[in-house]
Amino acid sequence: MDDTKFKGMKPSRRQFLTGAAAVGTASVAATVAKAQGAPDPLITDIGQQPWSQYLGPGVDVAPYGMPIKFENHVRRTSVEWLTADTVSSINFTPLHELDGIITPNGLCFERHHGGAAEIAPADYRLMINGLVNRELVFTLEDLMRFPRENHVYFLECAANTGMEWAGAQLNGCQFTHGMIHNVMYTGIPLKLLLAEAGLQDSGKWLLAEGADASGMTRSIPIEKALDDCLVAFKMNGEMLRQEQGYPVRLVVPGWEGNMWVKWLRRLEIGDEPWHHREETSKYTDLLEDGQARRFTWEMDAKSVITNPSPQAPITHGPGYTVLTGVAWSGRGTIPRVDVTLDGGKNWHQARMSGPSMAKSMHRFYFEFEWDGRPLLLQSRAHDSTGYVQPTKAQLREWRGDNSIYHNNGIQTWYVNEQGEAENVEIS
Amino acid sequence: LAGISFGLGRDALPEEVAAWDIDIRPDGVGLPAGSGDVWTGEEVFIEKCSVCHGDFGEAVGRWPVLAGGWDSLTHEDPVKTIGSYWPYLSTVWDYVYRAMPYGEAQSLTPDEVYAITAYLLYVNNLVDDDFELSDENFAEVDLPNEGGFYLDDRAEGEIPAFSAEPCMENCKDSVEITMRATVLDVTPDDEEATVTEAAA
Repeated sequence: MDDTKFKGMKPSRRQFLTGAAAVGTASVAATVAKAQGAPDPLITDIGQQPWSQYLGPGVDVAPYGMPIKFENHVRRTSVEWLTADTVSSINFTPLHELDGIITPNGLCFERHHGGAAEIAPADYRLMINGLVNRELVFTLEDLMRFPRENHVYFLECAANTGMEWAGAQLNGCQFTHGMIHNVMYTGIPLKLLLAEAGLQDSGKWLLAEGADASGMTRSIPIEKALDDCLVAFKMNGEMLRQEQGYPVRLVVPGWEGNMWVKWLRRLEIGDEPWHHREETSKYTDLLEDGQARRFTWEMDAKSVITNPSPQAPITHGPGYTVLTGVAWSGRGTIPRVDVTLDGGKNWHQARMSGPSMAKSMHRFYFEFEWDGRPLLLQSRAHDSTGYVQPTKAQLREWRGDNSIYHNNGIQTWYVNEQGEAENVEIS
Repeated sequence: LAGISFGLGRDALPEEVAAWDIDIRPDGVGLPAGSGDVWTGEEVFIEKCSVCHGDFGEAVGRWPVLAGGWDSLTHEDPVKTIGSYWPYLSTVWDYVYRAMPYGEAQSLTPDEVYAITAYLLYVNNLVDDDFELSDENFAEVDLPNEGGFYLDDRAEGEIPAFSAEPCMENCKDSVEITMRATVLDVTPDDEEATVTEAAA
């Protein structure tokens, strides 16, 4: 899709504020039928139901299908002012349009530092070198012959919600929380590849390196490498998308997305961390005293209400209302999420639905009778270690405003009498 | 897992390891032999780097600032550069050699990278203009903020503080809205967002 068309699809600011963005043709028609009290021509008039009279497309029209055109607005979107150019940049998963816990591959947010490399499967090589008994080279075909595992994990950018450290900035959970996706990865336990090379006792750190022009490198402690890391080639059943590291990426469950090196070309074993650019200049968290944390790997428990939200206002008026959202933790599962309708005066335990897997997204719902009065919505995740998602104010007490990364503070949406939602902070 | 083998893969040849293993560490391990001085570095920098990073590392537009920002880390808007923030010179060498210039990575020779690194030290007021950097003296150069980092300590403070059973009922008397995203109005829409300030 060309850029002009793409821009035309994006909801305008006026639409955000009037709630018009989420109203499709069908729901407008239904509302009209109800209001006039007359028979609904979408039921009584065959002329208005061509799909019931004429034949639809046959089976070979789309060998690889795309969503129906009415869902064209469900797409990744970027925020131009965040970065200097679109190559070393970020875009956002449309969380407000999704349900369940699996992110469709084509909607998984992208973060590149040198653009998305295009590597043909036959050109792919993976090297293991350093403190190993045998330095090895694998082809993709070699990798496909190792025993595989399947796991569902979230991948959250360390900078997700980073723009919100300074206060409420971006109006929509896609923008405030959409640097995340959650898919089923198929891959080789990293420990099997390291065993093949023969890890030496002095090997304490692993350097993962990408084949793209940014030469992405991160140092990973060997304990994590031997625990649950995967060298993955499939996501949601199909080969990785180009923008997600085709043909091979590293999966580092629960840890910041930057470490999930894409287009993985080399694994080096060493006895010390390398302190490369992405773990010194970047992905270090500046605190108020001018000192910075390094190696802040785990992503703490976090949640966000995806509906209602600024891009997904309440359009049906007062009455029975479905509130839903997602929660996740880099340290385990999410047994519980609390929600509040009144800005934290009173909390209710939400209903969890769907599989609960460690270091994966969880889906929650809270159904309630909306009386049409303004709402201050928040969600609060509890993870299986007993950690409770903090408020933004609590986080700022520990870290100040300039740590950029790891903002897992509680998000507030203000919903007015018309059902329009806004990103706010509250006392 | 010791001794597990599937008999897959083949031995990497020394030439192959040398071609891909270009990383270096703070102690200088991995550095190739070579050298470069500030004046050579200035020439290379002006030719290959200044279009984005400015003649003195001060940056053009939104591109990264490489010099300056000294003592700004506690300010409201810290300026994090090689001189003000980066802990190790090895990171400069490694990153420039593997990933710069942006759009033409791995086109610089080791001597050019030594020279550029010397120039970046110079524009950060860390060496004189007659300085020459080489694999021999590399480990002697310390950056000002080397001591500015400590290991993730969330487990000692935040996590215990955030692991208490929270309030469920009558938790506060009043709630006020203190900040609104629509006031700032920087969310993309049909009109292009015009804010120039960078978040990250």
